Amino acid sequence: MTYDVIIIGSGPAGYTAALYTSRAFLKTLVLSGFEPGGQLTTTTEVDNYPGFPKGIMGPQLVTDMKAQVERFGAEIKQEVVTEINKESVFTITTQSGKYTAKTVIVATGASAMYLGLPSEEKLKGKGVSACATCDGFFFRGKVVTVIGGGDTAMEEATFLTKFAPKVTVIHRRDEFRASAIMLDRAKKDERITFLTNKIVEEILGETEVTGVRLKDAKTGEMIDYPTQGVFLAIGHKPNTDFLKGFIDLDPKGYVAVKRAETPLSPQTETSVPGVFAAGDCVDPRYRQAIVAAGQGCMAAMDAEKYLETHGTEDHA
Amino acid sequence: MADVTDQTFDAEVLQSDKPVLVDFWAVWCGPCQVQGPIVEEVAAAVGDKAKVLKLNVDENPVNAQKYGIMSIPTLMVFNGGNVTKQFIGVTSKDTLLAELNK
Ligand SMILES: Cc1cc2nc3c(=O)[nH]c(=O)nc-3n(C[C@H](O)[C@H](O)[C@H](O)COP(=O)(O)OP(=O)(O)OC[C@H]3O[C@@H](n4cnc5c(N)ncnc54)[C@H](O)[C@@H]3O)c2cc1C
Repeated sequence: MTYDVIIIGSGPAGYTAALYTSRAFLKTLVLSGFEPGGQLTTTTEVDNYPGFPKGIMGPQLVTDMKAQVERFGAEIKQEVVTEINKESVFTITTQSGKYTAKTVIVATGASAMYLGLPSEEKLKGKGVSACATCDGFFFRGKVVTVIGGGDTAMEEATFLTKFAPKVTVIHRRDEFRASAIMLDRAKKDERITFLTNKIVEEILGETEVTGVRLKDAKTGEMIDYPTQGVFLAIGHKPNTDFLKGFIDLDPKGYVAVKRAETPLSPQTETSVPGVFAAGDCVDPRYRQAIVAAGQGCMAAMDAEKYLETHGTEDHA
Repeated sequence: MADVTDQTFDAEVLQSDKPVLVDFWAVWCGPCQVQGPIVEEVAAAVGDKAKVLKLNVDENPVNAQKYGIMSIPTLMVFNGGNVTKQFIGVTSKDTLLAELNK
């Protein structure tokens, strides 16, 4: 059986796309990937998604989105896509099967970036983490560091003071990308200290983290700085490796969507006709749940329109 | 799915004559809410070959600490009282079943 639409990813972009396609009576399959529900499952309160005057917990928000999608009959399977091919229809390969579809919506989002050090890999889950809200609890009474200089770093540092008596933010420059308001809040907190112009060369420890080796960006001087937890907040990377060679990506790996030729052209179409993309995997700029949801809606409407004009021939 | 606690850990896990999969989790952990149903499916699929249990790290700090849990979900496979494999972060049904069916 060939689906009208296969949606890859189950964050706000994927679920919103599925809501629109299934309500339009398109036969829809969502492949939910290694992180069902997406990035919002790793956070606590979401206060800027409209419709929830008291805020809503991130995991709850995506659980509700899923229930809403299921109400209209979309199928959801927890599988990770490894390959897409185009013949007369699209064939999507996962670790456990193959599916075919007339259109595809890529909504694979982004994942936290790591430094890429072998010592970091070895100590993941043993003091190295990219999610303070998930793992902060285990650092009660411990001394921790946050690596990074953006809003995420400030947010993680502030959150970690709930558990850790001392939090050090380590940043490789002396200016911060973080917004004034977030930086100010962190700087006012006496439990948070800042180390700037320091590059992390190594994470120290055998079975758990004991410190970080830092190189001064200006003088080259090396120091070992003791810490029991290292929280990475150095940005995100789009989950698009498996799409290389199939659709055009920009140099940083974000899916390239075609510039709309006229105000009425589809805005989410990729370099391959019939493949659309939405959310953090196309968007290095806004990276918000509401934007991802909005783009998911756009991709669904673009796919629907595409099926009206191309999908009538029987491919089977 | 059955819970294991600090009180029952020795009898249920360490003394077990079958392999045991333990899911370390907590109520406040978003990814754990995703892992839970997957572990249920693993339990159903593996049948009698292995035991599948979950341990709430808030309520059972002794074992959470003993096994150095610093990130959840963590899934550990015990054989004859020893940890023979561990997975950190949401782990798929296929991966867990492959390990238990080894
Ligand atoms: C800690 C944290 C806090 C945040 N707080 C807020 C906030 O308060 N407000 C806000 O608006 N935004 C917030 N964000 C940002 C928000 O989470 C993202 O903008 C949003 O989740 C992007 O949605 P998405 O659907 O594009 O992708 P994601 O949520 O990243 O979801 C991607 C999905 O794709 C799936 N996937 C990836 N690769 C594959 C594959 N190969 N096969 C199948 N599936 C795959 C994954 O399993 C996942 O389900 C926060 C992010 C983080 C990390």
